Amino acid sequence: MANEALFTPAEQMKFDQELSEILSHYPADRKSAAMLPALRLLQSIKGWLPPEGMTLVAERLETSVARVYEVATFYVMFHTKKPGKYTIDVCTNLSCSLRGAESLLAYLEKKLGLRAGEMNEMFYLRETECLASCGTAPCLQVNEEHYENLTRESVDELLGKLT
Amino acid sequence: MSTTPFEKLITRNWGKPGSHTLDGYKKNGGYKALEKALEMGPAAIIDAVKKSNLRGRGGAGFPTGMKWSFVPRDSPKPKYLAVNGDESEPGTFKDRYILENDPHMMLEGIAIASYALDVHTCYVYLRGEFKKQAEILQKALDEAYQAGIFGKKLLGRDYPLDCYVVRGAGAYICGEETALLESLEGKKGWPRLKPPFPAVVGLFGCPTVVNNVETLASVPHVIERGAEWYAKLGPERSGGTRVVCLSGSVNRPGVYEIPLHVTVRELIESPQYGQGMPPGRKVKAVIPGGSSAPVLSGDEIDVALEFEALKNVQNMAGSGGVIVMDDQTCMVRALWRVARFYAEESCGQCTPCREGTAWQTRIIRAIEEGRGQPGDVEKLLNVVQAIAPYPPIGLGNTICALGDAAALPTHSFVTKFRAEFEAHIQEKRCPFGAGHHGWGHFGSGGFA
Ligand SMILES: Cc1cc2nc3c(=O)[nH]c(=O)nc-3n(C[C@H](O)[C@H](O)[C@H](O)COP(=O)(O)O)c2cc1C
Ligand code: SF4
Ligand code: FES
Repeated sequence: MANEALFTPAEQMKFDQELSEILSHYPADRKSAAMLPALRLLQSIKGWLPPEGMTLVAERLETSVARVYEVATFYVMFHTKKPGKYTIDVCTNLSCSLRGAESLLAYLEKKLGLRAGEMNEMFYLRETECLASCGTAPCLQVNEEHYENLTRESVDELLGKLT
Repeated sequence: MSTTPFEKLITRNWGKPGSHTLDGYKKNGGYKALEKALEMGPAAIIDAVKKSNLRGRGGAGFPTGMKWSFVPRDSPKPKYLAVNGDESEPGTFKDRYILENDPHMMLEGIAIASYALDVHTCYVYLRGEFKKQAEILQKALDEAYQAGIFGKKLLGRDYPLDCYVVRGAGAYICGEETALLESLEGKKGWPRLKPPFPAVVGLFGCPTVVNNVETLASVPHVIERGAEWYAKLGPERSGGTRVVCLSGSVNRPGVYEIPLHVTVRELIESPQYGQGMPPGRKVKAVIPGGSSAPVLSGDEIDVALEFEALKNVQNMAGSGGVIVMDDQTCMVRALWRVARFYAEESCGQCTPCREGTAWQTRIIRAIEEGRGQPGDVEKLLNVVQAIAPYPPIGLGNTICALGDAAALPTHSFVTKFRAEFEAHIQEKRCPFGAGHHGWGHFGSGGFA
């Protein structure tokens, strides 16, 4: 089924092609196992998981929309609400806090005019848990890119690039 | 006692040009162990892994050969290998560097394990945030397919073997092996009640071995150099070397491959490893095995970073995440960071874990923010024992070990640093610093 309200023709093609590759990784009677990769694919195309997209995933994986919502809302990397253009996740777990993550977060809150957990059109600022960069702390993630060993200068430079 | 001289195994190719490529790996002797394993046959491989005393590097330290021998060989169902690359335990960042620097070492381990276990499909589950690592691994896998190592034939033998990389989407609990399987099945990560264990009823209801990235990267060394050699690298009941992750307040944080006799103190102080504490600081406390492990106070750190040695002091080697706290660290705030993590990541299935993790976090936060009440410390200890009744060893009232993991740090922080908790309550403030986002709670290291 093509879904014109959801995808442009190019997006539809990308979705169909990549989904059939993903489905080939699972037993034929276990289509719903492809849930996480399918949602990731949808989010990579749309930037989030719009309701029509989740309905489409349910159809293609031969499962219920409720199952799709259940999974989509369980994992923090899936956005069921449209986020700002850049989601900034700052790790404030222990190793990062020991190397200044609280100050880093305070600095970002001030610069962006947002408290952790708030968003505007451009930014969604969140505290997050350990990102496996504890040895190169403090760190943050912008959408899916990692930045480590942060200093005031490197944060300023990074923010300058996020337009 | 170990009798084989130490040499680096897992990290031996790191930093060499092209170490993440098939060419680079082969130049350093790669895929010879697979060749040898195919000659040995499944039974001999499993036997060697048993004799090598290789123990799981994911957290529990379970003997790998024994785990493999639980897979019923005569099962008519397909068997699966699921690789645990979820690496979300706070303080742990070794698997990520294995994937970045030498993915083929793990892939060779996967091929050997699959052949030994009669597995024809393997899934490598990486935490969702590992985008770069997933790309590097996928490239390595593509090369291995092209070279005929994976795919329709396994190194030219009539043995089809497929391997797929799957990314999670941000949930610590998916590192727990049965939650990982649920996630691989396309569901939310709710751990399963055990038994049955995954070796018997795992992915899609089929026999499944779940092993950590580093565990599998160790397998080629066991085969290449022999079980006896590998066993003798370590002390009596743990073979090989260990990759540990050093973070927190220390001069040179990082990933270090160590012989198993190295102590926490040596890891922090040695010029080869941590290079000591920042100027003027002393060690106040160390978490030796990821944030789920109990904390050691500064005078308890002459213990080897090894499974049995840590078990003897009622601690755990865990995931190898060593987190150092200096004398300017507020232990209440440090514990709050840890407790909050478990409250966030509890899957919510069991009442003691769901309610207990949230409750202890609220109490700890109140103490830290000067709102603590006399008796809060006892209350904390009660909450902890409702989750995991036998501290400091745990054995929780819960489906999975996340309950224990949340309870044991609190128990150890509160019992070992009780005076600090009481001081917060008495003074109605944090003696280490100002309010929200203030300076001082963690010294002033790093970002300034
Ligand atoms: C809450 C929780 C989180 C875990 N996270 C991880 C993880 O991120 N990586 C990992 O390898 N093992 C993790 N484990 C341990 C796994 O359940 C399992 O023991 C391990 O993957 C087995 O592999 P191994 O025998 O090779 O160590 C976790 C366990 C629990 C209870
Ligand atoms: S112990 Fe916690 S994380 Fe584990 S199954 Fe129970 S509620 Fe979920
Ligand atoms: S504590 Fe921040 S990356 Fe691990």
